[in-house]
Amino acid sequence: MSRYLRIVFFAIIVRPVLLIVLGMNVRGREHLPKTGPAIIVANHNSHLDTLTLLALFPLADLPRLRPVAAADYFLTNKLLAWFALNIIGILPLERGGVKKNPLADLEAALDRGEILILFPEGSRGEPEQRADFKRGVAFLARARPQTPVHPVFIHGLGKALPKGSAILVPFNCDVIAGAPFQWQGKAPEFMKALETQMTMLAGQGQFQPWD
Amino acid sequence: METPEGLSVRVLWAIGVIYALLIAASLIVAIMKRRGPSEATNELSRRVTSWWFMITIFTIAIVTNRIVSTVFLGLMAFLAFKEYLSLIPTRRIDRLIVLFAYLAIPVQFIFAHQDRYGLFLTFIPVWMFLFFPIAMTLAGKTEGFLRAVGTLSWGMMITVFALSHTAMLLGASDKAGPAGGAGLLLFLVALTQLNDVAQFTWGKLFGKRKITPTVSPNKTWEGFLGGLASTAIVAALAGPFLTPLALPWAMLAGAIIAVSGFFGDVTISAFKRDLGVKDSGGLIPGHGGILDRVDSLIYAAPVFYHAMHFFVFSGRIS
Repeated sequence: MSRYLRIVFFAIIVRPVLLIVLGMNVRGREHLPKTGPAIIVANHNSHLDTLTLLALFPLADLPRLRPVAAADYFLTNKLLAWFALNIIGILPLERGGVKKNPLADLEAALDRGEILILFPEGSRGEPEQRADFKRGVAFLARARPQTPVHPVFIHGLGKALPKGSAILVPFNCDVIAGAPFQWQGKAPEFMKALETQMTMLAGQGQFQPWD
Repeated sequence: METPEGLSVRVLWAIGVIYALLIAASLIVAIMKRRGPSEATNELSRRVTSWWFMITIFTIAIVTNRIVSTVFLGLMAFLAFKEYLSLIPTRRIDRLIVLFAYLAIPVQFIFAHQDRYGLFLTFIPVWMFLFFPIAMTLAGKTEGFLRAVGTLSWGMMITVFALSHTAMLLGASDKAGPAGGAGLLLFLVALTQLNDVAQFTWGKLFGKRKITPTVSPNKTWEGFLGGLASTAIVAALAGPFLTPLALPWAMLAGAIIAVSGFFGDVTISAFKRDLGVKDSGGLIPGHGGILDRVDSLIYAAPVFYHAMHFFVFSGRIS
């Protein structure tokens, strides 16, 4: 049931809004994963980031796409939790070391062939400013070293719907997908490679300041 | 003779001719592709495919009824304005003011739809022009004030105000001539786009002397003059059929559209060059963004409308 609701929600609400109200300029679409398992790593400026990344894939892929989101934010309110789990299809992540292996659910999802969407900045932060990536993504890549990691840089959604605002103002966004890479043996090197990739992708656009 | 919705059959005939040209263009590009496939012919082929989509959407918009036409033109202005705002530097504090700027679009197009000439002319150049700076002043951030108010006002003028003249043409009912307001709109839009294609083609074939070397190095005098001549000739043929203009005036209208269209084209080029982007967006494959497609219309629409208003609708030329 919710599986169909999810498809309907994306087909008649999310996609038309993204197409008309927001508008996407996508570069490097060919780099996006065609099958799972895969890890998509993106910078995070807005709630719209997740919806935009999900809209880059065919509707038939929706069941396999799992945005990883903080349990303490999305699962506290009942209604929000239902929406996040069933319509967005999030994979909740417990923050703050509650479990023995906090990545167990993510690893299981990759083993099922799902495509995880990760925002290693942790929270949305200051719009249109990148924060340092947290290292959890490196531990996940180490646990599943064969899984390709796809870096995606997103610009503009922080202008449309920044943290702390409930009013959406139309702006086009840019999505720049880069070539996938894999775990190379050491966490600091992996994080460095990821940061370098993101900086390179960000450099492909001509983005004006937003202050 | 009129169709039930008040749409002249002349408009349908003209659309038929446009589709015939489109089929001819598709055949030529297909032959070019077979003879020597290259990145250039692939690009050309993408452009022609996009033309099929654009012409079909435009056709549906103008043949359905006037409300659909106006909504379509308003949507075009919205997309152009959004593309503009997404390219320029903006300030976070101005988000709400930008939202108000967007909300001015439906208002402006309602004035056009109701043919309220006075409100249509003053709403953006006077009222929104005065509203933006005071709203930004009351918001309280002076840093970047001049840049913010200047860029927002200019963008609103070149996209929303300029393009809304297309909707105003639809209201020229009894003075619009044998094909009605839709005929005038079709005349303007088809000739503006034809001029772009003709300038491009003449320039590719014979272009030597650069006309705007620092802004748009691909533009040449040969392309510009070839486009001007082609557009004037087609206008002379189409004018008496679609507009109240007799042949010599129709030819002059074609020349005005060609020159103003060129001005719009190079103005948007200067804007893009300043921001360091090649295309204004990625909405239309082979063409770029919507601003890349409507750049000529930004000048051609107001110039053509006001020339018609002053000389023809007023009865000075008949």
